[in-house]
Amino acid sequence: MPSLGSALLALAFLAAVSAAVIALAGRNGDRRRVDLSRRVVYLFCGLITACVAIIELAFAGNDFSFNIVQQHSSIETPTFYKLAAMWSSQEGSLLLWAWVLSIVSSAALYATRNKLREIVPWATAVMMGVAAFFTGLMLFAPDVDPFATLSPVPSDGIGLNPLLQHPSMMIHPPMLYSGYVSLTVPFAFAIGALITRRLDAEWLRSTRRFALIAWAFLGFGLLLGARWSYTELGWGGYWAWDPVENAALMPWLVVTAFLHSIMVQEKRGMLKVWNASLIVGSFSLALLGTFLVRSGVLQSIHAFGDNTVGPYILALIAVVLIGSTALIVSRLDDLRSEKRIDSLVSRESVFLVNNLLLVALTAVIFWGTFFPLISELFTGDKASLAAPWFDRYTTPLAILLVLFTGIGPLLAWRRVSWASAKSVFLVPAIVAGIAALVLALFSDVTHKPWAFALFVFAAFALTGLGQEFWRGAAARRKLSGGSMPAALVAVVSRNRRRYGGYIVHIGIAVVLIGIAASSSFQTNRDVTLKPGQSTVVDGRKITYVKPTASVSRLAFSAGALLRIEKGDQTFTLSPSTRYYRLTGAAPTGIAGFFDGQSDSEIGLQAGLGHDFWTAVRPDISAVERRARAADKGFESCVSGAPGTPPQCKLVAATMLRARANPSLRPAALALIAKLQDATAQNIAKSYLADDSPATFKVIVNPLVTWMWIGGLIALLGVFVALWPSRGRRRGAFVRTEGDALKEAKYREIRDAELDHAAGKLSDEDFALLDAELRKEAVQILDRV
Amino acid sequence: MDPQRKRKIRLVVALSVAVLLSVALIYTSFSASTEAKEPSQLLTAAPGTSYEMTGKVVRGSVRDHGSGIAFRVVDRDGGGRSLPVTYTGTVPDPFRGGREIVLTGSLQNGTFVGEPETLITKCPSKFTTKSDA
Repeated sequence: MPSLGSALLALAFLAAVSAAVIALAGRNGDRRRVDLSRRVVYLFCGLITACVAIIELAFAGNDFSFNIVQQHSSIETPTFYKLAAMWSSQEGSLLLWAWVLSIVSSAALYATRNKLREIVPWATAVMMGVAAFFTGLMLFAPDVDPFATLSPVPSDGIGLNPLLQHPSMMIHPPMLYSGYVSLTVPFAFAIGALITRRLDAEWLRSTRRFALIAWAFLGFGLLLGARWSYTELGWGGYWAWDPVENAALMPWLVVTAFLHSIMVQEKRGMLKVWNASLIVGSFSLALLGTFLVRSGVLQSIHAFGDNTVGPYILALIAVVLIGSTALIVSRLDDLRSEKRIDSLVSRESVFLVNNLLLVALTAVIFWGTFFPLISELFTGDKASLAAPWFDRYTTPLAILLVLFTGIGPLLAWRRVSWASAKSVFLVPAIVAGIAALVLALFSDVTHKPWAFALFVFAAFALTGLGQEFWRGAAARRKLSGGSMPAALVAVVSRNRRRYGGYIVHIGIAVVLIGIAASSSFQTNRDVTLKPGQSTVVDGRKITYVKPTASVSRLAFSAGALLRIEKGDQTFTLSPSTRYYRLTGAAPTGIAGFFDGQSDSEIGLQAGLGHDFWTAVRPDISAVERRARAADKGFESCVSGAPGTPPQCKLVAATMLRARANPSLRPAALALIAKLQDATAQNIAKSYLADDSPATFKVIVNPLVTWMWIGGLIALLGVFVALWPSRGRRRGAFVRTEGDALKEAKYREIRDAELDHAAGKLSDEDFALLDAELRKEAVQILDRV
Repeated sequence: MDPQRKRKIRLVVALSVAVLLSVALIYTSFSASTEAKEPSQLLTAAPGTSYEMTGKVVRGSVRDHGSGIAFRVVDRDGGGRSLPVTYTGTVPDPFRGGREIVLTGSLQNGTFVGEPETLITKCPSKFTTKSDA
C-alpha cells in the first residue's frame, strides 16, 4: 500500500504541473486546452483524495508499517482520533493542505467554467503552481514523505498526545487549513486579472464566495482553538497572543478588510490597488502562518518540529510577495479608480475607515509577533512582547471597529444627507445613551473604561442592525402586505448578501461583548484546600467535599468533588488531573503513570451570565512514592531473590517456571499485570484517605458563553449570505459577462430602492441616486 | 477650498497620524519587551532584572515547593550548567521533565523566580518529526 500511495502522489504532482502547463498553453483563448486543463485539475483532486484515503485506511487498520501511523496512533487510540490523527503530523498536514487545495481549485474552476475566459487559464496556473509546490514538498523534501515506511514493522504505535484528544482539536486544524487554502482561489484570480488587465469587478464577483468561505473557515477555526484552550488546557484562558494564534488571526483580519473593500470596487470602481494588495497580503499571511508552525523562529506554546520544510515555504512567500508587488506596480495605470468618493458620510468612506482600522490592527499584531526577530536585528537580543502590550493597541482599535460595525450598515452608498442620517442614527444613539446610563448607574463597569465604551458601542451597533431588519421588513410589508415575520423572511431571502452580512455583524458584536466582559471582569484565584475545607471566591462558597481517584489501563486520575453555593443555588463539579502512562515503550511499572503526560479535566458550569471554571492540581507525591515502592516490591518478587516476602511465592515460582519454559511466559506476564492492576487500584484508593491538600484554580468568567454563541450567529450569517439565490440554483449563473454587469447594476438599483423604502435615503437623495444608477444601467445596456 | 487642496490636506493629516502611531508602537515595544535568555546566560545575569527564560526542564528535578514547584533548567540544546527555578501558580498540563518551557521572572539569590501565570510549556507532539517518547 505505501508504494501505491507514493506512486499516486507522484502522479498527482505530474497532474498539477501539467494542468498548469496546459492552462498556460490555452491562455490565448484556446477553449479545448482550457477545458482539458480543468479536467486535469479534477484528476489531481481525485489522485490526492486517493492518497488521503490510503493514509486514513492505514490509520483505521493499525498498519504500523506506515511511519506516520506508528508515530501518531496506537491500537488503543479511539477510532475517531485515529481518523483525525493524520493532521497532527507534519507530513499529514502538508497532505491536508494539498487535498483541500485540490478541492477548492476544482470547485472554483467548475464555478467559472463559462466565465472569465481570459483570467481562468492564469488562475489555473497559479493554483496548480501552489498545488505542485506542496505536493512536491512531500515528494522531495526530507522527512515529510507521508508514505515513509518502517521495517521491521512495530507491533504498536506511540499514540496520539492525549491533549490533542479533544473533539474541537480534531476539527480546528482542518478548519484553519481550509481557511488558509481557500484564500488561494481569490489570490489566483487576482493574479490572473492583473496579468490580463481585466481589472473590472467581474473577477471579484466570481471569487467573492471563496474569500467569504475562507473567512468563515478561519474564523470558526480560531473560535474552536479558543474553545479548546478554554476547556482542555487547564489554563482557563482562550487567547494568549501566541505567535501561532496571531498567524491565523492576521489573515482573517485582512480578509475581513478585503470582503468590505471589494464591495466598494464592485459598486464604485474604486480601491482597485488596495483590493489587489489586500488579497496578496492575506494569501502571504496565510503562507506565513503555514510557515510559522513549521519553523523554530519564534517561541510559541505550539511546539515546532525540525525545520525541514520551513525554508521552502519562506522561498514561496518571497516569490509570491515580490512577484505580486511587481505585477501590481506594472499595472498601476489599469488600476486607476473610475470614480472618487462623493461624500465623507457614505458607506464607502466608512468602509475605508474600517479597512484602515483592520489593517492597522494587523500591522500591530504583525509587529508584536515578529518583534523578537526585529529586536534581535537591532539589539542582538531576542526580546518578546507579552499580552499587555498587544492589549494596549488592539483594544482601542477593536472598540472603534465595533462602532463602525454599527455605523456602516446604516449609511447608504454614495452620499447621505443630514436628514437621512438623523433618521437612521436617532434610535441607536438613544439606546446607546440609555445603555451607558444604566451601566454607569447600576454596575461598576465604568471602572473599566474600555469595556464600558465597547458595551455602549455594541449597544449602538446591535440596535442599528436590529433597526435595519425592522425597517426592511416594514418596507417589504408596505409593498406586498402579509405579516411582519413573513415580510422579514421575504426581505432577508431576497437580499441574502446584505442581511447575511448584518447577521455576521450581530455575531461579531456579541463575540466582542463576550471577550470584553470576560477579560475585564473575570475573577481568577488559586486556592489550596484540604478535604472538608471551604473558601469564598467572588461571593461563591466553595467546599472541597472529598477527593476522587480512579485508575484504568491508560491513565491514573486524581481529582476532587467540589460543592459550589451561591444564595440558594448549589451545584457540584468534579475536576481532576489525569496522568497518562507512557505508550509505545516497553511496559512500565505502576509509577509509569507519573512519567508520562498529564492533563486537566476541568469542571465547568457554563451559564449565560457566568461561567464557573475550575481545575485541580492534586498533591500526588505520596501516591507516587507508594507506586515506586510497589514497583520495587514487584521487582524483588519476580527475581525470587533470597529474602523474597512469603506472599510473593506464587509469582516467583511462576516466573521461574516461565524462564525455563517460554510457552508459559504469556500466562506469567498476565498474572503480573493482574497483580499490578490490583495494586494500582489499591494505591488509587489510598489517595482517598491521604487527606492531602489540593490546589484549585477557580475562575468566574462573566458572559464568556456569548463568545461561542456570537460565533454561531456569525456562522449562520455566512450561510445566509452564501446560500444561492433562486436564480442561481436554476442554473442562471451560466451567463455572459455583459449579463453579469447588467444584473449587478439592477441589483444596485434594487438596493437603493430598499434603502429608500427603509428610510435610509431621503426622497431627495434617492431621486439623485436613482437617476445616476439608471443612467449607468442604460450605458451598460448600450454596450451589451 | 478647492477639492485638490482638500485632498492633499487630508492625505497629510492621515499620513502624520500613521507616522505618530507607528513611532508610539516602536517606542513602546522596545520599552515593554522582556529580554529572552537561556539558562546558561542567566547564571551571570543581573539580579532583579526581568527576563524571559527559555530552557529545558531537567528530568527528575521537579519538586513540590510550598504552594508551587521548584525545578532546574538547562539550555534548550541540553548543554551548560543548570539553573534552579521556583514557580508559584498553576502549572500547565504538558509541563514535566524534559520539556521546553518559557518563563518570565528574575534572579533572586541565584535562583530564577518565575512570575505567576507566565509559565508556558511547549505542546510536545504537534508536528514533531521525531518521537519524544
